[in-house]
Amino acid sequence: MKICFRAVFILCCVLTGAVADDRDWVSQRGLFVVSYASELEPIQINTLHAWQLHLENAAGDAVLGAVIEVSGGMPVHNHGLPTQPRVTTELGGGDYRLDGLRFHMAGPWEITLIVTAGGSTDTVVIELNL
Amino acid sequence: MKRSVQVVIVVGVLAAILYYRLATPRAWTEADIVLLESLSLASLGPLPTDPSNTVADDPHAAELGHALFFDARFSANGGISCATCHQPIRRFSDGLPRGQAIGTSKRNTPSIVGTAYSPWQYSDGRRDSLWSQALSPLEDPNEHGGNRQQVVALIMNDPDYRARYQQLFDWLPDLADTQSVNDAFANIGKALAAYERVLLPGTSRFDDYVAALVAGDTAKQAEFFSDDEVVGLQLFIGAANCTQCHNGPLLTNNEFHNTGVISLPGELPDKGRVVGVREVMANEFNCRGAYSDDTNGSCAELEFVRTGQELTGAFRTPSLRNLENTAPFMHQGQIATLAEVLEHYNTAPLAMIGHNEAKPLKLRNSDLRQLEAFLLTLAAPIDADPRWLQAPALPLAKEHDESQ
Repeated sequence: MKICFRAVFILCCVLTGAVADDRDWVSQRGLFVVSYASELEPIQINTLHAWQLHLENAAGDAVLGAVIEVSGGMPVHNHGLPTQPRVTTELGGGDYRLDGLRFHMAGPWEITLIVTAGGSTDTVVIELNL
Repeated sequence: MKRSVQVVIVVGVLAAILYYRLATPRAWTEADIVLLESLSLASLGPLPTDPSNTVADDPHAAELGHALFFDARFSANGGISCATCHQPIRRFSDGLPRGQAIGTSKRNTPSIVGTAYSPWQYSDGRRDSLWSQALSPLEDPNEHGGNRQQVVALIMNDPDYRARYQQLFDWLPDLADTQSVNDAFANIGKALAAYERVLLPGTSRFDDYVAALVAGDTAKQAEFFSDDEVVGLQLFIGAANCTQCHNGPLLTNNEFHNTGVISLPGELPDKGRVVGVREVMANEFNCRGAYSDDTNGSCAELEFVRTGQELTGAFRTPSLRNLENTAPFMHQGQIATLAEVLEHYNTAPLAMIGHNEAKPLKLRNSDLRQLEAFLLTLAAPIDADPRWLQAPALPLAKEHDESQ
């Protein structure tokens, strides 16, 4: 099942022009595994763009119907994101469209996702360096 | 003099020489060159479209906007035009701490060269398009001091403007109808915006230097930049942290930052973006409003705009491509010279309100002088036909009237 979703995810990325980040991000309590693909690749500063998130549970099954709160920023500079991105669409198969992202400086960024699904909530912190 | 005292003096002098001597350039790395290319004007993409303004790139709209921009009749006293504060000879700013028109403006007059690339206008981003910004001074009691009814009536009563308006929008407003006046007022802003979109920054010595660096042409590099300017550029992308905000080919991220700039004496701290964001969301002429031409309603900037207390005392990063002839600096013109701006960032004082994002740089005075030397290489002519940089010739009808 996991391989099947992976194949669908990669196909979606190819079709939409998005490029997958090759890393899985495990939530703090280990309940969810998140990966993302940016529609803007490589990610450039000062450009509004969207990501496609893929959510799985610890067993590798796609997570459907998740509610995802989004925040983030640059901890070393003690400031947040310049926009308020949010998940705008659940695409099916554990995929979600995260829209309204923009990074306005080079350097280390964090995107924090608070994921609630199946009655459980857990936090995933995605790190990226631009 | 005792020998030990002589030794102390000699050592002291040598230490002072070592401390104050000007640094010499280091070799550029591959990563440096990639970053420098991203700052070069050669990396600037085409002007972004403005879906909220269907005449944004219409040459006839730019011509009409050009005439409106220099016409002082659009003011309460008949003596204030856009060009009163946005003076072409000063890169469309005015050399004053705050604009002086009918009264004193709230903030420093920014250059408008290249601002068509920004999703936000004003230092607090309280407008989200050039056209909605252009409307605001016309009705500001301290600026043009007029109102939309007067502005639209002037268009209707001037044969040349009336003809040009009708040709452009294929419609004439009804002065007795508020909605119609509002529509026409928005269109006037859209014509002004079309004019402002032709005012773009030209190639600077910095851009020439980067081109020579990329080409590996050391002779031309030496021709374009002195050692001090090279060191200044290395500080700019390095220890001075300038590219945290002054990045991209326009040397601005167009975002909002609190950098602890103190208000003018006697003035309360300016809340900046935290108020500007509320204003732009409520503005009737924003991208989502009834006067916007963006029929698909994307308006992504408003859709994902950030709000919150973190924006207290934050102001939009200005483009460093407009440094030349635009002093004094900062949102109220609080800082008179470029050297004082650098000193401000070198010490990074506590903010009066909110949180100063900048950290003290603690650079040496000689570093600051070299950094300033680099910043002066950004001077460049405006990339626009010279005719756009002066008042247009009067239309034939007016010349005829004036000769009577």
